[in-house]
Amino acid sequence: MSASLAFPARRRTTGEALAGWMLTAPAALAYALMLLLPTLATIALAFTDYELGADGLAWIGLDNFAELLRDRGFAIALRNTILYVALVAPLSVLGGLALALLIETGTRGRAFFRAVFFLPVVSLPVAMAAAWQYLLHPTIGPLNAALRGIGIEGPAWLSSSDTVLLSLAAIGVWENIGFNLVLFLAGLTAIPRELYAAAEVDGATSGWERFRLVTWPLLGPTTLFVVTITMTRAVRVFDSVAVLTQGGPNKASEVLLYAMYEEGFTYFRLGYSAAITLVFLAIVLALVWLQTKVLEKRVHYA
Amino acid sequence: MQGIAIDRLAKRFGGTTVLRGISLEVAAGEFLALVGPSGCGKSTLLRSIAGIEHADSGTIRIGGQDVTGLRPSQRDVAMVFQSYALYPHLTVEENIAVPLAMRRLSAMQRLPLIGGWMPGPATARDSITHDVRQAANALGLGNLLSRRPGQLSGGQRQRVALARAIVRRPAAFLMDEPLSNLDASLRVQTRREIVAIHRAAGVATVYVTHDQSEALTMADRVAVMQAGEILQVAPPAEIYADPQDLRVATFIGSPRINTLPAEADAEGVLRVAGQAVGLRVAGSGAMTLAIRPEDLQPAGTGIPARMETVEFLGESLLVHLRHATTGTPLVLRLAPEDRETLPPQGELSLRFPVDRALVFGADGKRAAVRSMAPEAVLVG
Repeated sequence: MSASLAFPARRRTTGEALAGWMLTAPAALAYALMLLLPTLATIALAFTDYELGADGLAWIGLDNFAELLRDRGFAIALRNTILYVALVAPLSVLGGLALALLIETGTRGRAFFRAVFFLPVVSLPVAMAAAWQYLLHPTIGPLNAALRGIGIEGPAWLSSSDTVLLSLAAIGVWENIGFNLVLFLAGLTAIPRELYAAAEVDGATSGWERFRLVTWPLLGPTTLFVVTITMTRAVRVFDSVAVLTQGGPNKASEVLLYAMYEEGFTYFRLGYSAAITLVFLAIVLALVWLQTKVLEKRVHYA
Repeated sequence: MQGIAIDRLAKRFGGTTVLRGISLEVAAGEFLALVGPSGCGKSTLLRSIAGIEHADSGTIRIGGQDVTGLRPSQRDVAMVFQSYALYPHLTVEENIAVPLAMRRLSAMQRLPLIGGWMPGPATARDSITHDVRQAANALGLGNLLSRRPGQLSGGQRQRVALARAIVRRPAAFLMDEPLSNLDASLRVQTRREIVAIHRAAGVATVYVTHDQSEALTMADRVAVMQAGEILQVAPPAEIYADPQDLRVATFIGSPRINTLPAEADAEGVLRVAGQAVGLRVAGSGAMTLAIRPEDLQPAGTGIPARMETVEFLGESLLVHLRHATTGTPLVLRLAPEDRETLPPQGELSLRFPVDRALVFGADGKRAAVRSMAPEAVLVG
């Protein structure tokens, strides 16, 4: 009696499981083909001496990573990337927050300013890089022309090793600030109005006090997300370097992804390039892990 | 006068007038309920008293001081919000301490980490901790001090909001529908607690609600608001029994008061659908006769009505009827044992004690019942 009851039930379970697998198959297949396999292939390649066009490849263990440690070019690329992130992330996060607060407090033109600052995010980075090349040109560029107007001889922004990383960082801030602004604006609108009224009644008279008591703490989750996404975007810097400086002059603007690109697609050393990619991947994963694990406890209140 | 005094307060939002010259006085230690349908301007009035909104004209005095142009923090009021408006990142103790810290500590002393090293804050901090614990204990929050609002139930959050309001001993409490987010049983219990807190603190309290039963049970006086005007301010029993405006009569009381269109002739004899009802009023013309459901009773003669349904509520019965000729809906409240007095179905006549009849003129204002018929009940 009980067996005859159990039988159709089990058949339904296997049928459901089959349907479940079939329904997830397209996504699972796409994930495996587009993400999982390439990542695994890169990890495998990093332990070989494979070069594009070579007949075979040999398993060389950690030799690629040992070479990375000795490679002065890689050390410079790593240092420049860290410096770039250290400049771009704080400036574009704080700048985005400041602009969001200004737009939020303003009574008019919200949509206009939001669109203006968001434009760099939706524009083509390569085309924008060409515009920057003109703006920052040492002799015909408007920036130096303006500086000459007030009696200062501007530097060769993109071709001097002293200023090239600063210039790229400025472009990076310009590219990221609009995105952060929109995220912060969304975060600001989610803060209940009654909390500001309560803060007023409780004695928070100045705008700064209300910011400290309400805005900043309640923006916590937004800020965490913005910081994470800005840092990973900054670590990924490539377009502006490739178009404007090609890592020069004298490797002064060499960054991780451009080093990887050069090794892989200029010197065709795919194994070595894969090793750099793994270092890059480790940095990004470490950032995400750090942000979520360490900061999560302090910014979610629910 | 201490307490709150509002004089001809008016406010417009764009093209709509929200407050039409409101004048209202709340004595020190008095509990005033501001009740009205949603959108009547009661919340705007409360927020104007708090200073969160600024009125276009009129004055507000709190504790004898003109506060019309002052900011909320300078008005010495505490407010409880409908959503509680607790700071989600602060513990219960820190939430209650905010109004004290903002006033007793300097900006430097309030800074995290280094604030503790600033000169002189130790005694101020001790006094804050002392006052916070006292307020928390008064509301039974003593063992929740280190929790965050997110870890509390709705009722507990409500208590934290109340503790934050009483901790500073302000000149006035302002409450904006503080119970509307609680479930029904907790609401009834918290009503009594709020009244007890008010009694203990002895400060002027303005309590905004759309729930007339809250207003009637809690308040010393009830102000009924509609369309930006205060229609009547009176103690609960008087608001119920002696409304001065038809809108007050229909808003207060559940089920709604019965209203019958009536006509008064030149001598003031009142007739419903051509039938004299034993009332003589001041004035003539179109009138409205209003009678509470519990004041109507079935009788051999009187207003003819058709019975439709009977609802059993446990402690009483609600009989839904229609006027036999005009079809006006009527409700009659009876004790359950009086069910026997109802005819099995169909037609019956209704009477009411003449001294309980409320008559309103065409303008909605109460019309004086000038003289009554000899009998105390309707004559057919």
